[in-house]
Amino acid sequence: MHIPLDYETLRLIWWVLLGVLLIGFALTDGYDLGVGALLPFVARKDDERRLVINAIAPHWEGHQVWLILGGGAIFAAWPFVYAVSFSGFYLAMFLVLASLILRPVSFKYRSKHADPAWRARWDMALFVGGFVPALVFGVAVGNVLTGAPFRFDSDLRMTYEGSLLGLFTPFSLLAGLLSVAMLAMHGAAWLAVKIEDGPVLDRARRYGRWAAVATIVLFALGGVMIAKGAMGMRLDGVVDAGGPSNPLMSASISAPGGWLANYGAHPWMLIAPIAGLAGPLVAMAGIATRRGWLNLAGSAAAIKGIIATVGLSMFPFILPSSIDPRSSLTVWNASSSHLTLFIMLIVTCVFLPVVLIYTAWVMKMLSGRITLGEVRSNPDFY
Amino acid sequence: MDMAVIELSRLQFALTAMYHFLFVPLTLGLSFMLVIMESVYVITKRPIWRVVTRFWGKLFGINFVLGVATGLTMEFEFGTNWAYYAHYVGDIFGAPLAIEGLMAFFLEATMVGVMFFGWDRMSRRQHLLVTFLVALGTNLSALWILVANGWMQNPTGATFNPATMRMEVTDFSAVLFNPVAQAKFVHTVSAGYVCAATFVMGVSAYYLLRGKWTNVARRSMMVASAFGLASALSVVVLGDESGYALTDNQKMKLASIEAMWETEPAPASITLVGLPDVAARTTHYAIKVPYVMGLIGTRSLTGQIDGIENLVLKADERIHSGIIAYDAVEKLKTNRADTAAMTAFETHKRDIGFALLLKRYVADPRQADEATITKAAWSTVPNVPVMFYLFRFMAGLGFGFIAFFGMAFYCASACQFRKRWFLKLALFVTPLPWVAIEFGWVLAEIGRQPWAVDGVLPTFLGASSLTVPQIWTTIIGFTALYGTLAVIEVRLMLAAIRKGPIEHHDEPVSTAGFAPLPAE
Repeated sequence: MHIPLDYETLRLIWWVLLGVLLIGFALTDGYDLGVGALLPFVARKDDERRLVINAIAPHWEGHQVWLILGGGAIFAAWPFVYAVSFSGFYLAMFLVLASLILRPVSFKYRSKHADPAWRARWDMALFVGGFVPALVFGVAVGNVLTGAPFRFDSDLRMTYEGSLLGLFTPFSLLAGLLSVAMLAMHGAAWLAVKIEDGPVLDRARRYGRWAAVATIVLFALGGVMIAKGAMGMRLDGVVDAGGPSNPLMSASISAPGGWLANYGAHPWMLIAPIAGLAGPLVAMAGIATRRGWLNLAGSAAAIKGIIATVGLSMFPFILPSSIDPRSSLTVWNASSSHLTLFIMLIVTCVFLPVVLIYTAWVMKMLSGRITLGEVRSNPDFY
Repeated sequence: MDMAVIELSRLQFALTAMYHFLFVPLTLGLSFMLVIMESVYVITKRPIWRVVTRFWGKLFGINFVLGVATGLTMEFEFGTNWAYYAHYVGDIFGAPLAIEGLMAFFLEATMVGVMFFGWDRMSRRQHLLVTFLVALGTNLSALWILVANGWMQNPTGATFNPATMRMEVTDFSAVLFNPVAQAKFVHTVSAGYVCAATFVMGVSAYYLLRGKWTNVARRSMMVASAFGLASALSVVVLGDESGYALTDNQKMKLASIEAMWETEPAPASITLVGLPDVAARTTHYAIKVPYVMGLIGTRSLTGQIDGIENLVLKADERIHSGIIAYDAVEKLKTNRADTAAMTAFETHKRDIGFALLLKRYVADPRQADEATITKAAWSTVPNVPVMFYLFRFMAGLGFGFIAFFGMAFYCASACQFRKRWFLKLALFVTPLPWVAIEFGWVLAEIGRQPWAVDGVLPTFLGASSLTVPQIWTTIIGFTALYGTLAVIEVRLMLAAIRKGPIEHHDEPVSTAGFAPLPAE
């Protein structure tokens, strides 16, 4: 079969798509994670909590598919990344899965009994289901930046030489907190467009403002740590961007400060960190002027900027190894075959627009602010 | 290689997959039954059908969330616990999983929110369309998962690439239109439909026995008996045996299901019951029906079905050939330009997986002696007695469902479900489809052993580099979490069933919306 795009281009496209999927997940499921983490703070009484829960209840299932699709797409396009990261971060993955499993059940089952103790337990589960994944995803990204302790043998079998506690370093914790702050800001912004004015929305605005400030501070601090720390790698020798996907055939070496090199070579990339810093300011302006959509736009810009910053800083690295630099996974050595990348691209070009169209239709059908009155009267509400 | 890590990883996969598959079949079938019920509502505009649809929709919802929640684990488990598998076949296996998310699960999950929350926000037809899209998404999802699973059973359209040390796609349409996958898809979704129809029959029978909600129950039973009969026929007639004559490994599965040790002259007979004896390689007290096996397995009177001993001899040959391919790959690792090795590899590459079987006994398959090779060849035989009995139990239940739904179909017109013995039978039958379905899963997966991917990658090579305490942690964690959720789910389901089709809520139902109909 003739493939009209060369291998190098396809790898680059799939690197961009990997970013699109992660951003899609953070933008959509980010509402639900952020709202879950904020739930005990912004809503105190039962009908207030129901107001908040019903603001995301019809949407979370669709949003969560971004995570499933992310998992599937990484498996299909970047099998090395899928195998190394998920088995390497084994117990962290379990924490995420267990928390995420609690979430759908909590939404559905909380409303089945009026007993306050029953509901309080599910509220706790919703908080865990929002906070823990947000934290662990951030910690995982922190570890991707510092490199993970893995190596390959000649059969390309990976061994991982780290532990669960080893994942929690000062830098990765900072990344985890940044992720929590960013998604809490996003969850608060969603509430700002989705629920009626009142005490809950006032609290959401207050927490949203603090989360935006925390996002700016933590993101800037992370940048400083990357500039001053020992992180960073670079490719060594001749790079065969269209060569076979075999990490052992390429060479990478450790290069402290290397994660800033791309910005020197391509100054346009600075747009990502700028968006990461300016987005929260826009969100705060939206909060101050009570413009929900401005708040949401600012928070979305921050998420896009922050995730893009990680990707652009590391390019062409995807998952560096901290113990064996030459096992590091890059855009040029960790993808699926030429044919698979091409087929998956066609499938994505056909179906992703369809997904976006019906998601927009659903958003339109369920548009409008949720009110306490509706929560009390509509039998379909949780 | 630590065998404990492999056995524990298999245990965890079995636990999480079988648990996930307690919820999926009901989702598959109930979603289509909701479409049928709601269509009747849209066509007749009679409010009772709205009550029927919304009632089963509520039970669908309680079940659906656990299917979604436990599906998450499955999507990631190939990476967490089967990392070498994920590397080795990800180039092919990842694609259907990704397409499932993109084309099926997105549809199902996005629409299900509107299905529950959109009753008052759109026209009847629009809502019916949404319900249909949920059912379509659910079933397409099963299609892609079974394309992935079918490829593990019959790995077509791919070849080993020594430069990347993995299998890579050569022909994607062969993966897509894999006959084993198609047979599996029809068989599996039909089983889900039977499961849902039986569930609706059982719950309705409970109401009729109590004399409650008879209006809703009788209508639901009508739908369920027709839907169930069609599905029960399809699950048996389109059973996935049709794919078994395709490859050596599928033949091995068939031979072990039948405990057929020696090749019989065509057309082979079928063993109805008997006692398979692994040590003596024979089946005692076998009751056989002539011709039937040959007809089922080959769809002809002349096709021959290989016995186990014959297939082991073939495996022995393929191991010898695989060792040559393995040796060539090792040479290519050090010198990619070695043309002699390249030629040898090209000739023997389809057998390289068989050489990997030897890694269970020796680190380097090239060092294996003849006795080890014979042992490895015999390791390609799955657990014959387990296969033999499980299949008979599953197939027996399958025929039982046909009889049950045949009776239900007759009762629908003859007695309007007034016979108490039939209602009691319906209650008794309710859990049985789950038993048959779980047996079917075990049968398919045990039958593929020792392979993760038939003839390509042995299961024991597929695991991640984990430690035993790590896997115990997650096994205990998943068991505790899943166990708790199962208890809660069953209680909520029973509470919702006891409550019946009333539109219940904390606050009185608004008069502007829908008011519940009294039962007759």
